[in-house]
Amino acid sequence: MLAAARAGKSALLLAPTGGGKTLGGFLGSIAELAGSAGTGLHTLYVSPLRALTQDVHRNLLAPISEMGLAITAETRTGDTPQSKRRRQRMRPPDILLTTPESLALLLSYRDAAHMFATLRSVIIDELHALVPNRRGELLALGLARLGGLAPGLRRVGLSATVSCPGDMEAWLSGGGDVERIHVADTARPRISISTCGTRLPWSGHMGTHAAVEILDAIRAHRTTLVFVNTRAQAELLFQALWRINHETLEIGLHHGSLAVEQRRRVESALADGALRAVVATSTLDLGVDWAAVDLVVQVGAPKGVSRLLQRIGRSNHRLDRPSRAILVPSNRFEVLECEAAVQAVDRDQRDGDRPGPGGLDVLAQHLLGVACAGGVRPDDLYREVRTAAPYRTLSRSGFDRVLAFVETGGYALGVYDRFRRVVRDHAGCLAVASPAVARSYRLNVGTIVETPMLRVRMRRGRILGEIEEHFVQSLVPGDTFVFSGRLLRYEGLRDVTVVVSPGGGREPKVPAYAGGRLPLTTHLADGVRTLLEDRAAHAGMAAPVAEWLEAQSRVSVLPRRDRLLVEIFPRGDRFYLVAYCFEGRNAHQTLGMLLTRRMERAGLDPLGFVATDYVIAVWSLKPAGDVGSLLDRDMLGDDLEEWMAESSLLRRTFRTVAVIAGLIERRLPGQEKTGRQVTFSSDLIYDVLQRHEPDHVLLEATRTVAARGLTDIARLGDMLARAAGRIEVRRLDRVSPLAVPVLLEIGRERVAGSALESQLEEAAEDLVSSAMAPVR
Amino acid sequence: MTAFDFCGASLHADPSGALVWPDRRLMVVADLHLEKGAWYAARGIPLPPYDTGETLDRLEAAIARHRPDRLVCLGDSVHDGDAARRMTPEVVRRILGLARGRDWIWIAGNHDPEPDTLPGGRSLAELALAPLVFRHEAAAGPVSGEVSGHYHPRARIRLRGRTVSGRCFVLDRHRLILPAFGAYAGGLDVTADAFDPLLQVEFEILFPGPRRVYRFAGAAEPYPRRVGTTEISTDGRRLAQTVSTWWIELLRKSSNSESSSSSPSSSRTKACCFRM
Repeated sequence: MLAAARAGKSALLLAPTGGGKTLGGFLGSIAELAGSAGTGLHTLYVSPLRALTQDVHRNLLAPISEMGLAITAETRTGDTPQSKRRRQRMRPPDILLTTPESLALLLSYRDAAHMFATLRSVIIDELHALVPNRRGELLALGLARLGGLAPGLRRVGLSATVSCPGDMEAWLSGGGDVERIHVADTARPRISISTCGTRLPWSGHMGTHAAVEILDAIRAHRTTLVFVNTRAQAELLFQALWRINHETLEIGLHHGSLAVEQRRRVESALADGALRAVVATSTLDLGVDWAAVDLVVQVGAPKGVSRLLQRIGRSNHRLDRPSRAILVPSNRFEVLECEAAVQAVDRDQRDGDRPGPGGLDVLAQHLLGVACAGGVRPDDLYREVRTAAPYRTLSRSGFDRVLAFVETGGYALGVYDRFRRVVRDHAGCLAVASPAVARSYRLNVGTIVETPMLRVRMRRGRILGEIEEHFVQSLVPGDTFVFSGRLLRYEGLRDVTVVVSPGGGREPKVPAYAGGRLPLTTHLADGVRTLLEDRAAHAGMAAPVAEWLEAQSRVSVLPRRDRLLVEIFPRGDRFYLVAYCFEGRNAHQTLGMLLTRRMERAGLDPLGFVATDYVIAVWSLKPAGDVGSLLDRDMLGDDLEEWMAESSLLRRTFRTVAVIAGLIERRLPGQEKTGRQVTFSSDLIYDVLQRHEPDHVLLEATRTVAARGLTDIARLGDMLARAAGRIEVRRLDRVSPLAVPVLLEIGRERVAGSALESQLEEAAEDLVSSAMAPVR
Repeated sequence: MTAFDFCGASLHADPSGALVWPDRRLMVVADLHLEKGAWYAARGIPLPPYDTGETLDRLEAAIARHRPDRLVCLGDSVHDGDAARRMTPEVVRRILGLARGRDWIWIAGNHDPEPDTLPGGRSLAELALAPLVFRHEAAAGPVSGEVSGHYHPRARIRLRGRTVSGRCFVLDRHRLILPAFGAYAGGLDVTADAFDPLLQVEFEILFPGPRRVYRFAGAAEPYPRRVGTTEISTDGRRLAQTVSTWWIELLRKSSNSESSSSSPSSSRTKACCFRM
């Protein structure tokens, strides 16, 4: 690291979580600053998490003061008071620790050129969490701008081990050379899988069956992080644990819907060692050091190898000791997935998203920010933007269209020329037309556009947190749901606040939170396929799983890697078609939409479908005949286009794109007023623009972003191409063992109360006995 | 088109959101909000400038379907007092063309209190045609046969498995409130508090579908009219007790804690819904 720093070379440091890599990134800077502190901003540190900047700040101050150096280091985030921010711009510290959004803000001030002129080094932490997404695009543009203001700037990227380090390198380089430094894992994590014997469920994702085992594990360790996949699951498991927690072990809850102060409180209790366990969603995936944590429990399938490692890395945050983790699969298929994940960890394999081309909406935001600071000509800006990896292939005409959007909206009907937001000054440089434009930019900076959230408040009481608006829309007064660790009754909507009272006697209707479920990665899906084929491995698995797979090969056949297994069987008065695609839930969801359309046309009277991460099941009144033509690749053509046009996907994406691009302002806290107000939804704008100017740059950006969000469609395409001519159709007289889990998913998506649970159990027994019965 | 009786008048609800009174050869539209896009553009938000054209397209189609002798625009026909000056010659020409040969009435609204600057018609504060009266905003107190706009009612209908939402007509035995007609006019859910003093407990909505208008009984149980009794199950109580000893205490500490560092207002940015 030091050698690269002395040579002034950019560097990418790949190290396992907890490798002390953050301080490593600062080595070069501290060495340089030791003799020359106090001459302006020297090093900028950017991390995706506010909490992480605070943490790193603390860890940085200690060695600086121990060495008796006069180096100043400060943080700057959304929490920094106004007066301090102003002072930081006038007299910056030697080292400034910040987030991508705060950096974008700093770059939008007129004195940015002055502030960053002395900058020698920029350090980006948790690079792997930024590069593949839209925050990474904004940061890449910010880095390009920094490169323009401080030529010769050294870039240091700190990342967990990733599957494609070349992507990181390209992102970081900005066209220059990057030295890659790879720190190998010295201690592999010790991972075990807990299958809870015969209680292993056939289906479901909640993992509450394992509450006893999880509580035992918590009891046997100092501090345990219990990771789950969705917020609904977090709430349910938290309740299940407390129901049997007779010793009152201190078990907390942490997820993105809880009020910020509540989350901070849990975090600091965790840091102080005051908690025995926290049930958490991905909100605790990244960053801060919890020294006391000595066990990580992952409930439900890990969905990806890198994600699993990130989570496991939360325990024993030290290089020399192995992390300890227990995986708790919540159903039989997940056992396979957990096994595949453990194998991948043992073989040092990783998965991850590849970054795509940068979004035009993010570029629009950046251009407006540059105009706020002023002093750049469009020609120079175009050259500079192309040094950012996501925009390397941006055409000049694409750039000009985005610039036209920023200036006047860029509409073909050029009626807004008199309402320019951005103008050219006498030197031909971009400038904002009024201070109001800059103010509005600064209020709306960032690429994280959350789904509309509503505050949840007790009747005559406190705010409990926030909940997705669309979930609230599914409630009627009197419905009960679990939130913030308590059973609540929905009373109604008061202005923009959800009013609740302590829970009633009915079964809770658990929030079906959006975005909680990540699809299975391609890599892990492949692992599951391989495992299914490997009969020798089955013997080593938990008895219920081995039995189940054995029965499948008796009743039907085990899916093979180079074939697509499709089973067709009658049940009740319906025919079921189950395809074992293993392409993840989102891809299967899309496949379900398209497949039912085609079956409709073929006169098969499809009635519904259900998708899991592993399979898709469609049921219809008539059995499918020619499966090969049903699953033909051409369904991704017209059928997909039609479906996209009808679905709300494009509208939702448009909202995000329009906010990022600065067409729609975010609704900021404190601005909501009374319920007398009329909401003006982005759908209205989308409809009008779609009808009158379908080629507008924002609609183009919307389609690109939507298509990227649907990486699953690419997966679907690959799968259908692979399957062509290799579909193995099995016509059975009854349900197969492997099909039982997906059939049990039918109708359980929304409600997960225990009465329903028992109904399902009854149904399951019927299904299971029919599936596992010996062949007549 | 859906026929219904209201205070002795036989009316039709058009899927576009227009109201037709065939006996009087009259059509009513509410809240056109013409030139709203340009109003935002002048404030640094360049919304697509096609809203006025789009609204006029829809109006033209509705007029072609019903060929009314009289057209009543129920107020808020333009978004602001400057709108008439902002209109392009093309827009003015289109309005004049639509108004030719019919009695065109601009009712005053809160966005356009003096609509006499608008082309093509005459302006009125309200219009009484027994048994109905047409005004922009529903009047306080008891009324009969009142047809108004202003509130931009919309509704959510729960169908099997999915929820659809959109603009709607809402009526009880005395009042009828029209949906907003304008392309950029948003909506207010009929369960919102604002409708409480206007509607009786029993009301109906007329919900425009793609081809016809559907009729639903109003779900007249919004908060706070109905507050259920609180019953706690054994399970719920037990949970509340065990958790409360420690967890609720922890959360409570946080709400009046000293940590002023994360003020809630600075912490999270919210969704992006325009408010008007």
